[in-house]
Amino acid sequence: MSMPFYVSPEQQMKDRAEFARQGIARGRSVVAVRYADGLLFVAENLSATLHKVSEIYDRIGFAGVGRYHEFEALRVSGIRQADLRGYTYDREDVAARALVNSYAQLLGGMFAAVGEKPLEVDLVVGELGKDAADDRLYRLGFDGSVSDDPTLVVIGGAADEVEKALRRDLGGSTSDETAQRTASDDLATTLVRAVAALASVGGRRIDPAALEVGVLDRTRPQRRKFRRLGAGEVAEILGEQR
Amino acid sequence: MTPLIPEHGAVFSPRGGTPDARSDAAAFTGLGGASFAELLAHSSPGALPRPAGTDVGPLAPHGTTIVAATYPGGVVMAGDRRATWGGQIAQRDVEKVFPADESSVVGIAGVAGIAVELVRLFQAELEHYEKIEGAPLTFDGRATRLGGIIRANLGQAMQGFTVLPVFAGWDGRRGRIVSYDVVGGRYEEHGHYAVGSGAVFARGSLKKLYRDDLDEQGTVTALIQALVDSSDDDSATAGPDQVRRLYPLVYVADAAGVRRWGAERLEPLVDDILAGRRSRPDGPGAPLR
Repeated sequence: MSMPFYVSPEQQMKDRAEFARQGIARGRSVVAVRYADGLLFVAENLSATLHKVSEIYDRIGFAGVGRYHEFEALRVSGIRQADLRGYTYDREDVAARALVNSYAQLLGGMFAAVGEKPLEVDLVVGELGKDAADDRLYRLGFDGSVSDDPTLVVIGGAADEVEKALRRDLGGSTSDETAQRTASDDLATTLVRAVAALASVGGRRIDPAALEVGVLDRTRPQRRKFRRLGAGEVAEILGEQR
Repeated sequence: MTPLIPEHGAVFSPRGGTPDARSDAAAFTGLGGASFAELLAHSSPGALPRPAGTDVGPLAPHGTTIVAATYPGGVVMAGDRRATWGGQIAQRDVEKVFPADESSVVGIAGVAGIAVELVRLFQAELEHYEKIEGAPLTFDGRATRLGGIIRANLGQAMQGFTVLPVFAGWDGRRGRIVSYDVVGGRYEEHGHYAVGSGAVFARGSLKKLYRDDLDEQGTVTALIQALVDSSDDDSATAGPDQVRRLYPLVYVADAAGVRRWGAERLEPLVDDILAGRRSRPDGPGAPLR
């Protein structure tokens, strides 16, 4: 009979984090950033049908990176939770905070569970407020860590580099400046800036057809504020501003 | 070896505190499918529209007449505003026609409380499917699903909680109307349809007034005439209330989506219709042959 080796909890957590991080780093990044009329989600995605960006509820959007089947399951469970709440109480009672907490519980639980493989996903959940000052972006890590940022969140492969490029482009030596610019710039300007930040990693040129773009648009008259931008619309915006 | 950290099952276990902790937890378990009704039945069955008790049907308010008609560019659905409670009027401004999603509408006659809940369930079902699958259900798919929801209500229907819906919408090429029976059977209707207590009178009226070449305005006019005729003979159906400015509910579904006719558009039309009836109280006459 062989004795199991002792592995310290610290080492165990490190190994798990390393495993998840490597899985996530293989994929491209997703940028979620605020603009004057809402929140913009931009993902590099070669597939037109396997979405990384999605609607959860009236004012809540979602984006995931990493293993597709894992963040897809999280997306579906998020929609289920939101729809159940909205049906049981009222549409106004569906808030991103509850959803983010559930995601954090689930991710944290899976990360710590001995019998399970940690989920190889990072998520961003965005909630549209009454005006730009109330907009919220939550970043969820594979280990259940949560942080919120009023202006921008980048997840996926080269998240740090893309975020650095985007913040530099926003001229923000201070977070106040970044906050001001993201609260006043229009959709086209913001989209161009986000795509430039994504392309800055490796100095590539990104084909508009390989972009998946969704917005939570405050100006949309319907109750459901989420809208996808078609490839044509994206190409037009990027072409005009070049 | 005892695991240092609890199994992840603990994550799924109900958290105390919030009343819907159970449904939250269930929402994360691996239920398949894109049906909201099934999800609800599994995670919080108490939230389904299922009243307890028997033979209290007559005690609950009833919504009454709904009419619908197609025209070359779309389909219109209209309903009167009355809910009755036996011989009494329960509500004068009740809404019994609803947008189901961005291209279809649903109207329900029968026990108002159940009808409204079934519509809410149907709306949630369509939106849930669309979000999970990334594309809306087809018109026929939506019509079938509504039949399923009505069939699931059969037990209540047997206890007197009858509801009868009518579904209409733009299927991408034309406006369509689908009717249902109490067991959830669905039937395609051509031209026009009426359901509810005053449906007999409304249908008689529409037979004489409806033409398949009318435009949107003409179709709305024919439907309101039918509701006025219906209110003339059925005590449970209300005519337009000029004193309170309560006009019939009118929804149009066409290629541009679903929209409701506001009071500012209905008022002149209703005034015109009622003025015409001063000289001929039975409404416009149809040629004999």
